[in-house]
Amino acid sequence: MIVVKNIYKSFDETTILNGVSAFFEKGKTNLIIGQSGSGKTVLLKCLLGLHTPETGKIFFGDNSLTDMKEKERRVLRQKMGIVFQGSALFDSMNVEENIMFPMRMFTNKNNDEILDRVNEVINRVNLTNSNSKMPSELSGGMQKRVAIARAIVMNPNFLFCDEPNSGLDPKTSILIDNLIQEITKEYNITTVVNTHDMNSVMEIGENIIFLQNGEKEWEGSNKDIFKTDNKPFIDFVYSSEILKKARKALKKS
Amino acid sequence: MKIIVNIGSYFLMLQKVFEKFTKWSVLKSLIFKDIEVLIIGSIGIVSIISFFVGGVVAIQTALNLTNPLIPRNLIGYATRQSIILEFAPTFMSIIMAGKVGSYITSSIGTMRVTEQIDALEVMGINTYNYLIFPKIIALLLYPFIITFSMFLGIFGGYVASVYGGLCSSAVFIEGLQIDFIPFHIQYAFIKTILFSFLLATIPSFHGYYLKGGALQVGKASTTSFVWTSVVIILVNFLITQLILA
Repeated sequence: MIVVKNIYKSFDETTILNGVSAFFEKGKTNLIIGQSGSGKTVLLKCLLGLHTPETGKIFFGDNSLTDMKEKERRVLRQKMGIVFQGSALFDSMNVEENIMFPMRMFTNKNNDEILDRVNEVINRVNLTNSNSKMPSELSGGMQKRVAIARAIVMNPNFLFCDEPNSGLDPKTSILIDNLIQEITKEYNITTVVNTHDMNSVMEIGENIIFLQNGEKEWEGSNKDIFKTDNKPFIDFVYSSEILKKARKALKKS
Repeated sequence: MKIIVNIGSYFLMLQKVFEKFTKWSVLKSLIFKDIEVLIIGSIGIVSIISFFVGGVVAIQTALNLTNPLIPRNLIGYATRQSIILEFAPTFMSIIMAGKVGSYITSSIGTMRVTEQIDALEVMGINTYNYLIFPKIIALLLYPFIITFSMFLGIFGGYVASVYGGLCSSAVFIEGLQIDFIPFHIQYAFIKTILFSFLLATIPSFHGYYLKGGALQVGKASTTSFVWTSVVIILVNFLITQLILA
């Protein structure tokens, strides 16, 4: 689990995170949602240790990320897997090399053992027969699968996904969402997904945190969405006129 | 003010390059890859430029020898001195700042904008060491390129002089041997080693700290070329002042 306690983060004069607290549970897909500019990417980067909050604490289990030295952070980061918005696959490496990269860096396993594990995760994300393809030869959905495979190859305790379905069609988005949820349950890890895709929210949102203007405005699960009366959250979820009418109709019925 | 901040960041970057080393097996493959791209990949352009510039230096020297009292072997002498002292170490380094420097800035910069550097950092890798150190080591072979450039520059001068009818082969070779000071070669290589370090680190700095998107990658490549060239020229002046003056 990850606990965020009252963190503040600003860039120059602009406050991006204004006293955000959150609890991300193990074995669940935890979602950070909000409009563009609401601070969700900054929050995710704070969780990854790429940004350091000015005040507040972030705990990974019992360990405080904010109090860790760089050396300790590097050890913790080896227990993290991340899927970046643009997949962030290494251009110069093929699928197999991309996935085996963390293992080559941090384990002393021989090549056969590494290849066995790589093939296992490749099969897990349904990418069989793509080992030698370069990232440029893959579709957006396949790139995301490779990124997920790379993120889980080291059996992480924490999985972070930054807008995993941006740029994907709705059908592929759902496949990626389901894959993330399945992996979360299978590996019993703490997964944090940063998204503004409402399909993802409805599909896999077991624990949702809604950010607005750098503050936590709402918290709940996908089942709570229909019950809430939180106006900013409702305005975000039912952003279009059609959805607003649908909500009214649903309430009447 | 910004320039002071940048100079400070550059030296902090250098400090981080030599902290927490990447696993040797991985680093080794990166070094070989960089040698292939940065050194072997530059041989073609260095050969062409050196050969023809050597030829041009010889022709221009010959054209200026209007006084019959000045011996024709000055063509060989002037070609040797120009190529060894300045053209090969300094001006070839400026050309390489365009070729190798732009490559380094754009490749690291693209990794920055596509979040590949963030991905490496999240894995717990010292990205400074992983990305920049192999380039510094690969460019330690840069004096080899400069040796090649010196040889081809002088050979270009020889071909232009002899086959262009400017002087005979014996006269050109005699000119090459006149007043030869071996220390000039040492001076050229001291400069070259310093320039190789600048060629690896200044473009890396511009790529690593890049912010923005594709447009900024292009801008950073240009800025990196300009700054690498300026620093090479300044260091060239300082080294020449220290060693030869």
